[in-house]
Amino acid sequence: MMDLRELYQDILLDHGKHPRNKHALEHPSHFAHGHNPLCGDKVTIYLKLEGDRVEDVSFEGRGCAISTAAASLMTEILKGKTLAEADLMFKAFHAMATGTDGPETPPELEDDMERLEPLAGVKAYPARVKCATLPWHAFEAAVKTGALKSGEASAATVKTE
Amino acid sequence: MTNLDPRVIRREFPIFENNPGLVFLDTAASAQKPRSVIDGIAQFYRTDYANVHRGVYRLSARSTELYEEARERTRRFINAEDASEIIFVRGATEAINLVSNTFGPAFLKAGDEVVLTELEHHSNIVPWQLLRDRIGIKIVPVPIEATGGLDMGALEQAIGPKTKLVAVTHLANATGALLPVAAIARLSHERGAKLLVDGCQAIPRMPVDVRAIDCDFYAFSGHKMYGPTGIGVLYGKRDLLNAMPPWQGGGDMIMSVTFEETLYQKTPHRFEAGTPDISGAVGLTAAIDFMEGLGREAILDHEEALTGYGVDKLSAMPGVNLVVAGQRRLGVLSFDVEGVHPHDLATILDSHQVAVRAGHHCAQPLMDKLNLAATARASLGVYNDESDIDALVAAIKDAQEMFQR
Repeated sequence: MMDLRELYQDILLDHGKHPRNKHALEHPSHFAHGHNPLCGDKVTIYLKLEGDRVEDVSFEGRGCAISTAAASLMTEILKGKTLAEADLMFKAFHAMATGTDGPETPPELEDDMERLEPLAGVKAYPARVKCATLPWHAFEAAVKTGALKSGEASAATVKTE
Repeated sequence: MTNLDPRVIRREFPIFENNPGLVFLDTAASAQKPRSVIDGIAQFYRTDYANVHRGVYRLSARSTELYEEARERTRRFINAEDASEIIFVRGATEAINLVSNTFGPAFLKAGDEVVLTELEHHSNIVPWQLLRDRIGIKIVPVPIEATGGLDMGALEQAIGPKTKLVAVTHLANATGALLPVAAIARLSHERGAKLLVDGCQAIPRMPVDVRAIDCDFYAFSGHKMYGPTGIGVLYGKRDLLNAMPPWQGGGDMIMSVTFEETLYQKTPHRFEAGTPDISGAVGLTAAIDFMEGLGREAILDHEEALTGYGVDKLSAMPGVNLVVAGQRRLGVLSFDVEGVHPHDLATILDSHQVAVRAGHHCAQPLMDKLNLAATARASLGVYNDESDIDALVAAIKDAQEMFQR
């Protein structure tokens, strides 16, 4: 087993304790709830799309340090990205977190993928992979099925598989 | 301190030999297995195995004898009156589902009530919800007190003229609260209701006498009492069992079959359709031998002493909050560490080879009541001693330090 401190690095603990973008958006265009029934962790992703570009993204919820840090880092790097880039990054991150082969990411996304590296440690802890991927699943659900018409209050819910 | 020596007992469990340094504190989920259970099952397959209740040949007779001996040993283990009151099932979950599927429709009708407690495991909630959806019964949950015990006054009020069944845990898996099941049996019977007790956590930790409790049903799993997975027991009073219709149909549960009519066996065979878990029953006998060899009073003394030690140690830790468990706690220490999510905690404890459960412990209604999403739970067995609690405490301190950086 790898040293646990490789997983619980300062960067991860910092984002876990002091998450960025942890608030609701005032006028989201999309949102979705994510729920891990195994541990009760819950996350809500708020998304504001401008065309196919992420203008703003934020989250709320309660969870462990890993899921909180994953949500925090995700919201930081997804701002300004296109949906195609976000999708590619999710696939690459999922591969990183499960220790499998993922898609190549273009040079302009390298820095962002590097920022997600600390979370790659979860691959040594199979029960914790879902903690790291939950916010990404919720983001995907928000994009695919969480579009809000004006005044609509319902939202999509995704559960970890 | 007690008559048990966990250091000696540990040598009987190969898992510790094969996982040096393992601090196993998850017996409430499933107990580890002593060599006698593991080898007993293998030996049975090597020397005495054949199908039961069918063969004329001697090998089948021998296998049948061992299977029925397991029933008799189980009867003595819980002091039932007759071996026919012992039904072998897959586990406590199946035992409770058997009752909800047979006793339920036969004895309950729309509007009747089943009284449960907030301490129940999902396996003693969901079968009753399925019955509710089928025939329209009402489920009445009894609250716990702020101190974590069952509110007996509320229970007394909850059991009314429409209550046909009270179904309670003997020892709550999520908190370790021990319930006064004999008193609950009196209350239930005074009002004409039957009592089902979920004995999963009590059976490995204390002597259980179903006649002293006077419960109508008692359910438990073999794998939590150092036996194999796949075998469990439903005890029921004989007359009651014989008044219940069969659940699953198949071989072994019938007297005669024609396409017009089938006559069913009496209990226990009525409820054991198909080839049963024969080796599981043999393994259960080995587990009973193991527990009786240690002495069930001695096991209880050990569990109580170690629970007390754990409560003292964890209570003394700043930032650690024990989940309340009423007046009597046994074998389970459920707790919360401020600023560290239970799943992060369990991962960090794992890096110290300390195995605990983290989550809702299949008791979400209770977690909601306690306003907790999840807790960490350390649970005890005969192989645990103070050094395991000390290792837990040291690992919690490490997690606290890591999260305070």
